[in-house]
Amino acid sequence: MPIAIAIALLVFGSVAFHLFSPWWRTPLASNWSSIDSALDVTLWICAAAFVLLNLFLAWVLIRYRHRAGHRAHYEPENSSLEKRLTIWTAIAVAGLLAPGLVAWAKYVSVPQEAAIVEAVGQQWQWAFRYPGPDGVLGAAAVKYVTPDNVLGLDPLDPFGRDDLLVEAGDLHLPIGKPVKMVLRSKDVLHDFYVPEFRAKMDLVPGIVTYFWMTPTKTGTFDILCAELCGTGHHEMRGKVVVESPKAFANWQAQQVSFGQILADAPPAALSAMLVRASACSVPGQAIATAFPTANDIIRSAR
Amino acid sequence: MSILARLTEKSWDASSDSEIDNRPDRPSAGAVGLIVYFAVAMVMFSLLTAAYLMRMGLHAAMGHSGEDWVPMPDPPLLWINSAILIGSSLAWEVARRAAMRDERRQAAQASFAGAALGLGFLVGQWLLWRHYQAAGYYLSANPANAFFYLLTALHGCHIIGGLVAAGRALVARNLRHTGLCALYWHFLLLVWLLLAGLLVST
Amino acid sequence: MATTLADDLRPLHHPHSWVTRYVWSQDHKVIAIQYSCTAISIGLVALVLSALMRLQLGFPGSFPAIQPDNYLQFVSMHGMIMVVYLLTALLLGGFGNYLIPLMIGARDMVFPFVNMLSYWLYLLSVIVLVTGFFVPGGPTGAGWTLYPPQAISEGTPGHQWGIVTMLVSLAIFVVAFTMGGLNYVTTVLQARTKGMTLMRMPLSVWGIFTASVMGLLAFPALFVAAIMMLFDHLAGTSFFMPTMQSMGRITPTEGGSPLLFQHLFWFFGHPEVYIVALPAFGIVSDLISVHARRNIFGYRMMVWAIVIIGALSFVVWAHHMYVSGMNPYFGFFFATSTLVIAVPTAIKVYNWLLTLWRGDIHLRVPMLFAIAFIFTFIHGGLSGLFLGNVSVDVPLSDTFFVVAHFHMVMGVSPVLVIFGAIYHWYPKIFGRMWNETLGKLHFWITFLGVYAIFLPMHYLGILGVPRRYYALGETAFIPQSVHLANEWISIAALIVFAAQGLFFINMIWSLFRGPKADPNPWGAASLEWLTPDTPPAHGNWGAKLPVVYRWAYDYSVPGAPRDFIPQTEPRA
Repeated sequence: MPIAIAIALLVFGSVAFHLFSPWWRTPLASNWSSIDSALDVTLWICAAAFVLLNLFLAWVLIRYRHRAGHRAHYEPENSSLEKRLTIWTAIAVAGLLAPGLVAWAKYVSVPQEAAIVEAVGQQWQWAFRYPGPDGVLGAAAVKYVTPDNVLGLDPLDPFGRDDLLVEAGDLHLPIGKPVKMVLRSKDVLHDFYVPEFRAKMDLVPGIVTYFWMTPTKTGTFDILCAELCGTGHHEMRGKVVVESPKAFANWQAQQVSFGQILADAPPAALSAMLVRASACSVPGQAIATAFPTANDIIRSAR
Repeated sequence: MSILARLTEKSWDASSDSEIDNRPDRPSAGAVGLIVYFAVAMVMFSLLTAAYLMRMGLHAAMGHSGEDWVPMPDPPLLWINSAILIGSSLAWEVARRAAMRDERRQAAQASFAGAALGLGFLVGQWLLWRHYQAAGYYLSANPANAFFYLLTALHGCHIIGGLVAAGRALVARNLRHTGLCALYWHFLLLVWLLLAGLLVST
Repeated sequence: MATTLADDLRPLHHPHSWVTRYVWSQDHKVIAIQYSCTAISIGLVALVLSALMRLQLGFPGSFPAIQPDNYLQFVSMHGMIMVVYLLTALLLGGFGNYLIPLMIGARDMVFPFVNMLSYWLYLLSVIVLVTGFFVPGGPTGAGWTLYPPQAISEGTPGHQWGIVTMLVSLAIFVVAFTMGGLNYVTTVLQARTKGMTLMRMPLSVWGIFTASVMGLLAFPALFVAAIMMLFDHLAGTSFFMPTMQSMGRITPTEGGSPLLFQHLFWFFGHPEVYIVALPAFGIVSDLISVHARRNIFGYRMMVWAIVIIGALSFVVWAHHMYVSGMNPYFGFFFATSTLVIAVPTAIKVYNWLLTLWRGDIHLRVPMLFAIAFIFTFIHGGLSGLFLGNVSVDVPLSDTFFVVAHFHMVMGVSPVLVIFGAIYHWYPKIFGRMWNETLGKLHFWITFLGVYAIFLPMHYLGILGVPRRYYALGETAFIPQSVHLANEWISIAALIVFAAQGLFFINMIWSLFRGPKADPNPWGAASLEWLTPDTPPAHGNWGAKLPVVYRWAYDYSVPGAPRDFIPQTEPRA
């Protein structure tokens, strides 16, 4: 008996918790309302199932509790009932899957007119790159990284010269314009996550990943890392500023291009960059010995 | 009785009583256990093969790069070793048939030959490794090399396990085990041929 | 390697001394208890780690001894221990070992020596795992998923030695499990007693059997991934390691694919969820049926659902990787296959409810745990639909919603079943009865406590609070109330943590002082309750193996004198 009451109370309590809890989605600041509505559909179908099944459980526990002289009903199976339940479940599942897949279809197809912005992750900070006037990001890879070329742009690639680099500042985005976030990591896995945008994607070293969205609300939002990346994972923060196209253009005009960095670099730094760039397939075969890292481990363990 | 009929049996019905004795046609537990193990080993080698192909760059679309992949050459030793393993498997087959006819001496001799050839294969693999090492194909130099060493090492471990089992069977002079050993050897031969095919063709 | 035949007593191993009886034992019952005690002991370590994590999350800054590195190490070790070394080992090594031979009417496992070896290797894997706490740098802090490159690169705690002990331990565990699993599968296929057709087996055996098959096919993926990562770490290969910057240097590795590891890991990792869930499903079906005095409703559907869930779970792994950077078009396939699993799973829930419906429900402690399982499993199963539904997963992945979901569905639910099962079979295993009042107290605190812990976490996740964060810090979208919630959750967690003491007191006290138990205290129909001795003696069945004439669920059959008919009773 108490267990039946407890279950009923937990059901009502959960519903009440849902209604009165102060924690719900952050206000949406992107075009991904379709993700929110897919979540809502899923929630309503699941909530209905949760309430119905558990209240049935509570009722059964009271109605069929053990009493003297009472005996259970013997019925090995009831195919028609089981079939009906299966079909209804399948319908409900299809009902919540459909909006999910529709939203996903939008998520994976980047609009042609989307502006490209690159976010580069490293332990434990963010950096950003804009393609500049030509609209194309220059080639980049970890193997090009030098102290003066922290984002690892290929100094020989002409497309990279006008790229704007934001190595320590905030990410700025113009409101209302679709943006394709191109993601690159210099070391381990990270994940670009702005709760208000709903969208997120991992940064994977060695490959370039992406997602797209359209900011729909001006303001400043936190960028978090959502993939465990080591000791400083929780401190890997950034800020994204969504602003009017005009303010964005003003801000962009103040940013430094890679070409300027090259022009200002002392000759030694420049030659370091070029050495990196011309050693096409960097270390692999050149440095390889049978067990190179084993020694490192032993050394660092000491 | 088919597996489907077994899995749709209405076991609460009195009618299911007719199937009460279904045991005499069961194969030996050892054989069943061994075959289940083949499934396990097969999954392991298949996953490594899938990883091999992914790492090679077969799925470039999935973002797995493969530009750094440099295949290894196929030295003649690879073919010699394969021939030795085939010979080993044949010897075990002879042993198995002899054991079935209850010819103890012949079974023991053939088993011994099979085990010795198995050992020969291992030595051959070791020489192959040495050969590659001498030619500069180190483990860490290239993913193709790493996969080669990993695959051959795991296969070699299985051969060593088989040799231990074969040694015990030979000491115990248990004819039933001869059949299981032969089965195991055929399986390892199959795995080796698949692996060799993979290594040679890529 | 002869099969133990119905009237064949010969192949049994006969212990002669105390050591061969209780230490180097080949008796499945002793091995089961060894497995269970080891699993529960290491599980307690993981429980303590979770309490430490909750202290940090609930009261950040109050415990200077817990640094970010420590926190991540607690997270990683807690997860891996609970999933692999506790749940898998306890449900298959413990319950599987104990129940399979007794429930199918066998004298022992078909390969008792291999079975013994399996336990000792498992113990070795646990010892290697524990050494991780004592190596320089401590255990790994890469999360239980051990994703490369961070697992073996600078910046992650335990990346030098902790990860090595973890990977070696996992490889040994896989070997140990394979030995056990081969035994469980072959025993079920080969050693069923006369009359025990496949569809007369209790659902516990079906669950354990299917989970063992799945384990045999899924663990090789973990094995391969662990070996490959060891190569990367110790021999400098680049299976998973791309060119990257580490401590200001460019690494010599090149071209490796971190996603390859994730595919391998989740090819193991997702079936692993069901390796834990299916035995729990099976066992809870038996508990519900026995204590509701009613046959399990839709037995055939239940068996098929177990098999179908097991098969489908091999084609859903990438639903853990929707935002991993893999080809996004995979999302369509994996979302669909994932939600298809919801159907057979829902059928199982319906059939549990319909078994209770029109039953004669005795609310003893094991039954309370079974009912609590239904409740938490419905909750956790439904929250899984959010995460499986690809686009809904995007905002929720890597938040507390995920933490809440998997704890509910594969932490709390199986653990409730394990408690229920221990209370249920304790009288048979030890021949003594536990204390009912303590048992009920333990139940109520545990059940209500875990719900208080995990319900709010779902909402924190929907808000966007990320998981695996040592501290939330100053984040604009996280209101002060979240910190308050974290405090409450931690307090609830500590209460639940402490309440487990009641369970251990009850079990240990009853072992010596409990009243002598009836051989069949619940009036169950399945074979394990019909042994000539309680606890069952070596060889289980005395001189003659039982013969089975009916299924395991003849409860409240109309016209029968008692409300159950044992499986060994011939039909009239």
